[in-house]
Amino acid sequence: MNKIKELENKSKNLRKRIIDVCYKSKAGHVGGSLSGIDILNVLYNHEMNIDAKNPNMENRDRFILSKGHIAEALYVTLADKGFFDKKELDTFSSYQSRLIGHPNNKVPGIEMNTGSLGHGFSLAVGMAIGGKMGQKDFRVYVMMGDGEQAEGSIWEAAMAASHYQLDNLVAIIDRNGLQISGTTEEVMALDNLRFKYESFGFNVIEIDGNDIPSILSGFKLARKCKGKPTLLLAHTVKGKGVSFMENNASWHHGVMNEEQYQQAMDDLGGMCHE
Amino acid sequence: MNKIANRTVICDVLMKKAEHDQDIVVLTSDSRGSASLAPFANAYPKQIVEVGIAEQNLVGIASGLAAVGKKPYVASPACFLTMRSIEQVKVDVAYSHTNVKLIGISAGVSYGALGMSHHSLQDIAVMSAIPNMRIVVPADRFETEKMMNLLVEDDEPCYIRVGRNPVEDIHENLDFDFEIGKGITLKEGNDGAFIATGEMVKKALDAAYLLEEEEIHVRVLNIHTIKPLDEEIIIKAALETKAIITMEEHSGVNGFGTMVSKVVAEHAPCFVKVMALPDSSLITGNSQQVFDYYGLNAVGAAEQMKKLLVKKHA
Repeated sequence: MNKIKELENKSKNLRKRIIDVCYKSKAGHVGGSLSGIDILNVLYNHEMNIDAKNPNMENRDRFILSKGHIAEALYVTLADKGFFDKKELDTFSSYQSRLIGHPNNKVPGIEMNTGSLGHGFSLAVGMAIGGKMGQKDFRVYVMMGDGEQAEGSIWEAAMAASHYQLDNLVAIIDRNGLQISGTTEEVMALDNLRFKYESFGFNVIEIDGNDIPSILSGFKLARKCKGKPTLLLAHTVKGKGVSFMENNASWHHGVMNEEQYQQAMDDLGGMCHE
Repeated sequence: MNKIANRTVICDVLMKKAEHDQDIVVLTSDSRGSASLAPFANAYPKQIVEVGIAEQNLVGIASGLAAVGKKPYVASPACFLTMRSIEQVKVDVAYSHTNVKLIGISAGVSYGALGMSHHSLQDIAVMSAIPNMRIVVPADRFETEKMMNLLVEDDEPCYIRVGRNPVEDIHENLDFDFEIGKGITLKEGNDGAFIATGEMVKKALDAAYLLEEEEIHVRVLNIHTIKPLDEEIIIKAALETKAIITMEEHSGVNGFGTMVSKVVAEHAPCFVKVMALPDSSLITGNSQQVFDYYGLNAVGAAEQMKKLLVKKHA
């Protein structure tokens, strides 16, 4: 119970930090960051075997952010975890910063450079095959966007994950239903993703990706699955937690004015102070 | 005539190394046969990853394997590997800096009559434009062996370009110096210079000996590493000879000849003639017929050199 409360508080603080980073930098992809942050929070603060003091620990669990455009959500999570100083977040997207607008593996805790959609799943499949080859027991997690599912390479990777029975791999779809031009179903209809992944041989678990208990139980169930990979189909709300951003495609990478910034902070329960 | 193709040598070296190194992994896209890697697959079934006909996934998986400490060797026809997977090469291999060795097999016009879809005549242009990507094109089986022995010891990305068929030997044995990034002077001469790469090296050498019969003394440089390019050996040739001909099994657009020309233009301007394949689809034929049609042979190169030397004196 305390763990759930603790994670919920953490999510709130991480959201505020995302708002802060996006407002100050006038950059970032705020809508998707807010939909995916609860999952990142649970991964880094509960699910994964990682050590911020030893980011290259050999048997660490691996995470790939395939929807690399929400880099700020990952940077915020890593800084909070102690992979690097939180003050560095102020440099996001600025001149000569290593906090590039898409994940950069020169930043401690980031495994691979991503940014072009449809790459991360194959990377994760390779890592998971490597883990099995070396009889290592680390697990591999990859978070994808739902719009990203239109990339053909995603399905190449899905086929291989199933072929190689990668039960050490958990693929996550941040299913917020929106992409830059509108709803995913208008742009390129994806449904039914559950059936699609099941037919590719996946153990599909549907969760509320903005609800901590639901995310926790999804990861727990994934660990029990043997002989096939798991897909966490995480239903989320784009812009979650900020009234005027929720379910609004224009906040895919919108930039807040001062008034909107104040409103966002109010919605999240006040200014950033940890 | 040598009967051992460079791709066969690659398999032999990988098999020898895999005996002592379980981290060596070969990845194929339904290409183990065409890459001559079936013996590896049979001997080390736990060290081969078959991804099916899916070249994007091929390179992505290889990068993931490298990121967890494996040493992946990706073998796929050069035409697909350098086009279909190019973004994975750029981002997952070069940008993320993963220890992935990309082996483009049946490169250039090896596939002959199979047509433009199967020719890889843009791969040097594309791969050389990617930061952090090395390109090595061995000229014969001995260079292939030396190259592989060096590459298995390093942990940097590399594109290896080999043809389909056995090629005539340039060297007599393994007793020569071979360093990635260092060209080899195969023949001295100060009238002109042939600067060639890959299978064109033998043709350049033959051309130079034809010219010797006419008392024209032409230097022959074998540039097996296209990137990083050995600028020093090229500049020296530009300063010490009167004209340069580059030779490559690639489009003349933004290929090896362009790279050599840039070095010459920046450091020691002299006449440069780029001998390459045209910027168009090619005639139908096997590789030798294609080379002959476009004058990419010893006689054609010798004629071009004579013309260039006349131009120089005009």
